[in-house]
Amino acid sequence: MINLAKGMKKKNENLKLFEKIIPTILLIIASISVLTSIGIVLTLIVDAVHFFKEIPFREIFSTELAPLKAENASFGFLPLIAGTFITSAIAMFVAIPIGLTAAIYLSEFSTVTRRKIIKPIIEVLAGIPTIVYGFFAYSFVTPLLMKLIPSLEAKNALSPGIVMGIMIIPIVTSLSEDAMNAVPSSIREGALALGATKLEVAFKVIVPAAISGIITSFVLAISRAIGETMIVTIASGSAKNFTLDVTKPMQTMTAYIVEFTSGDAGSGTTGYYSLYAVGLILFIFTLLMNLLAKYITKKYRKEY
Amino acid sequence: MNNNSYILDQQFKNQQCSGKGMKAYIDMEVAHKRMKRRILLDKVMRRLFSFTIVFALLVLGLLLYQVVSQSLGWLDIQFLTSRLSISAEKAGIKGVIIGSILLMVVVAPVTLFLGVGTAVYMEEYSKKGALQSLINMNISNLSGVPSVIFGLLGLTVFGRLFQLGSSVLAGGLTLSLLVLPIIVVSSQEALRSVPNFLREASYALGATKWTTVWKIVLPTALPGIMTGAILSLSRAIGETAPLVVLGIPTLILRTPSNIMDDFTSLPIQIYYWTLDTVLTKEYANLAAATIVVLLVLLFIMNSVAIVIRNKFQTRY
Repeated sequence: MINLAKGMKKKNENLKLFEKIIPTILLIIASISVLTSIGIVLTLIVDAVHFFKEIPFREIFSTELAPLKAENASFGFLPLIAGTFITSAIAMFVAIPIGLTAAIYLSEFSTVTRRKIIKPIIEVLAGIPTIVYGFFAYSFVTPLLMKLIPSLEAKNALSPGIVMGIMIIPIVTSLSEDAMNAVPSSIREGALALGATKLEVAFKVIVPAAISGIITSFVLAISRAIGETMIVTIASGSAKNFTLDVTKPMQTMTAYIVEFTSGDAGSGTTGYYSLYAVGLILFIFTLLMNLLAKYITKKYRKEY
Repeated sequence: MNNNSYILDQQFKNQQCSGKGMKAYIDMEVAHKRMKRRILLDKVMRRLFSFTIVFALLVLGLLLYQVVSQSLGWLDIQFLTSRLSISAEKAGIKGVIIGSILLMVVVAPVTLFLGVGTAVYMEEYSKKGALQSLINMNISNLSGVPSVIFGLLGLTVFGRLFQLGSSVLAGGLTLSLLVLPIIVVSSQEALRSVPNFLREASYALGATKWTTVWKIVLPTALPGIMTGAILSLSRAIGETAPLVVLGIPTLILRTPSNIMDDFTSLPIQIYYWTLDTVLTKEYANLAAATIVVLLVLLFIMNSVAIVIRNKFQTRY
């Protein structure tokens, strides 16, 4: 009897110990995500510092990028930044009108059952791997566009820009639709009772009321477009042109990173370190976009 | 006196607003015209808006049609069961499929362990405060980081620092970190949906905190957690950029056998074949056939996730 009690006491003590260390173990697991962020920032900064030791900071604003030249290699990142912004701008040019009107249709005009069917199908677009879009852009959209614009080159900025726009339609549609749905029906009905048509309700009442959510969806979509890699790597080529002509090949920051790591830059060369400098610029851009999105939701969100 | 004039004033106003007086202020013809225009605009725009949806669906259909039609005649048993080859006719993706499966063998347990662990800590153990909001903010920021950047992290930390090179393990760990935010957020939601009375009933029976979490909360939240896990796996299986950045070699004819081997996965093979269409035209067909395999795989995974969510989730 005493033995049994002793045994139970011991087991209890073991349990108590276990119970005490569990939170610590879980805390360690949870801190891995924080470590990941720290790791990202550190790897980027440490190797970018190597880069800036060899290349003066001023040079990255030059328009000439020739990292693999044996002599006088130059590291102007402006072509990459321009390429990134041009492809993203084309993408937004496609995604904003289509995504927003689709959202307005779903939230204001369509019936509930229709919305329940259509929304998941549109979200399928977001679930397709980007490599598939890259293949689609290169083997279908580019040849199609070449028939319309004869001067278009096999690798260009236009086709990946358009396909990227299609890829981010679901982000705009889904988030804007959520924002518009969150506007209470009483406001909608009030406007309808005053004699407004549904279209007027949508544009003069619902969109202004949901504007913070809509803008946030735009910003997140831009951030996604800036960070998108495979579509531009495949379809817009690796020529480091500094141009505004969308029919010409261009390289984005992401495509530069991919080209270089899968290419011949040996570890420890300036070319290798330039990856991290480009990565750091890319990281800062997307981080700013994401923080902006958060700021907009926080500052301008109306609670009904 | 004052009172009287007020009443007169009111009568005058009433007269203006009713009957004959109205015409002077609202021209009914103009109003009708305007109303017609507004209603017409409403109808036209409604059509136009619904067309944008048709457009999006059309693109989706076109993409699927394009890929499937290009893969016709190439996607057969021989393609699925033979090894990679330089010759387009002989090439098969057996090794590539095994590479993708090995990758999942690494990603699934690692993300599940890290993701659910983090979610349990956040929902069940941590107190509201600076630390919790730090981890929350960190996770939402992490989900916005482009996948190439994760590739650079993997290249530096797993590839170079831990000397894992471009093995399955290095790729798997990189992808695990990439999809971590997805599984953390969905597990948090699943844990939050477990009603408090279950926890309280467990405590009332004398269970400790961990026993409650392990035997009551986690089993109840399991469908939600599994849905999130499958979704994050399907994101990982389609991811290309981080693996390419890790430096996966262009052509691996050998089939990987364990997680320390070099490998290629489905998306990477699609990438290389698409790039090399300039050299060999038939590679486009091989890429399309591989895409079909990848899409079918994703479709199955997502269907399973939806079934689990609909069938096993209890609502309280």
